[in-house]
Amino acid sequence: MKKIEAIIKPFKLDDVKNALGEIGVEGMTVSEVRGFGRQRGHTEMYRGAEYVVEFHPKVKIELVVTDDQAEKVTRAVCDAAGTNKIGDGKIFVFSVVDAIRIRTGERGDAALA
Amino acid sequence: MKRKFLNSALAVVVAGSILLPGLALAEDGVTPGQFTANNVWMMLAAGLVFIMHLGFATLESGLTRAKNTTNILFKNTFIVSAGILTYALMGFNLMYPGDFSLGSFFGFAGFGIATDAAGNTPAYASGGYTYWTDFLFQAMFAATCATIVSGAVAERVKLSAFMIFSIIFVALVYPILGSWKWGGGWLDAMGFYDFAGSTLVHSVGGWGALAGAWLLGPRIGKYVKGQMNPIPGSNMPMAAIGVFLLWLGWFGFNGGSVLSADPELTSFTLVTTCLAASAGAIAAMFTSWFAFGKPDLSMALNGILAGLVGITAGADTVGIASSVVIGVVAGAIVVGSVIFFDKIKIDDPVGAISVHLVCGIWGTLAVGIFSTNPEHSLWVQAVGVVAYGVFAFGSALAIFGVLKVTMGIRVTEGEELEGLDLAEHGGHAYDLAGPTSILESVTSASPAVGRPTTTLAEERA
Repeated sequence: MKKIEAIIKPFKLDDVKNALGEIGVEGMTVSEVRGFGRQRGHTEMYRGAEYVVEFHPKVKIELVVTDDQAEKVTRAVCDAAGTNKIGDGKIFVFSVVDAIRIRTGERGDAALA
Repeated sequence: MKRKFLNSALAVVVAGSILLPGLALAEDGVTPGQFTANNVWMMLAAGLVFIMHLGFATLESGLTRAKNTTNILFKNTFIVSAGILTYALMGFNLMYPGDFSLGSFFGFAGFGIATDAAGNTPAYASGGYTYWTDFLFQAMFAATCATIVSGAVAERVKLSAFMIFSIIFVALVYPILGSWKWGGGWLDAMGFYDFAGSTLVHSVGGWGALAGAWLLGPRIGKYVKGQMNPIPGSNMPMAAIGVFLLWLGWFGFNGGSVLSADPELTSFTLVTTCLAASAGAIAAMFTSWFAFGKPDLSMALNGILAGLVGITAGADTVGIASSVVIGVVAGAIVVGSVIFFDKIKIDDPVGAISVHLVCGIWGTLAVGIFSTNPEHSLWVQAVGVVAYGVFAFGSALAIFGVLKVTMGIRVTEGEELEGLDLAEHGGHAYDLAGPTSILESVTSASPAVGRPTTTLAEERA
């Protein structure tokens, strides 16, 4: 099993969710985060004084999928979340030791199905 | 013939007994109906001035950070409550002593509020209002003066010290200084004019704000390494709502200062007031656009208030075009003033000093420039500005100074960083923690019996 962590631009969340649904992935966890990579901060103004906001709002999507799905998922996320501009985000892939469905106790791939 | 005569006579008597009471002139040429109308308007005006406290509360909450909101609201709640009570105890009779005992500088008509029967008749104030209406209307003004200070000292003043300061300021400083003009004191005798309080309320409050902000020092992180870091407000809708409520309150602040429901004067005053407010807004918008490259909402809001404060000294005695000019100048200088005070490192989170002190002075001097009354002079207005400056600023410095060396007027650095809501009140105004609040709402109801807990003091130690 693989855990896919994707940090994307917030307005791309719907596109990514729909794209994942089309390849058969239904479950995910989403959180609002802030961050930056090469994307520099932007300048804001308040009452005559400028200040730099370095941390940009982003959305982090986390999902755990079976090994054979992992490549399809990362490609789908890249296609849906990309805008060809700096700040599009990154995807990280981790190995997962185990997954359990709380209601039934199923483990492994069965818990992900 | 006799019957016709009797019928006519009867008709005249009946008609007369219905009409005459309405036509009867009570005292001072005011009919009972007019007395009631005047008093109703004045009571409504008192309610409108009260709304300004709602405006201050929301405006200050909007322009400061969410971690201090409960503290700001608490201060605003305290000021109006303590203000009305102290005004009843002594303020009203210090401001309107009747007879002065120390030259025309100080007089005191005794503790408490009470009146004889004549106080509730047209004999009291030329038929403008009753004694009780007089007290209430003026009490609302007194509390307004103190609340101006709370914005400038926000986010770092120690609550207890601020409460002591505001009690002394509202109970003693405001009414004694006010008696010099509205109570018939020496400035009134000189011909000084302040229609609704540009000087007596706004600049006095502004001097207190300046003294407080200066002695307190800036908020942590505001001026770092020679750079001015803005600390943006947490809620712009609240700030905007606050300013519009203040504008609404000004209908009573200026409209009621006519001290009757005189149709010509009240309606004219409301027009000059609204023209100045509008002009102030536009002027501030374009001044900030020109100065910063982008139009700033908080500056536009300050501009409305600047225009209102500016017109307050002469709303009944300047012309239509003059009221617009007064508003435009006020709107422009408030922007410059905010920049200036930041340059000299006086941290004023809401711009209270710029709006109330600087524009209060402008409004007072503007009477000397624009008034249609030939008895008003720029020189006398300037004398008043200086006199109030010396005594209002001096007393505020003295009060804050004594408090600073005795109990301290500023919270600790740790308290300021974690937020006054938690430090001074033990609770947040908003659900700041986000997701963890889900946990709090589930577990907070369980009793602490048998489970070790730490107090805030221990956590901070």
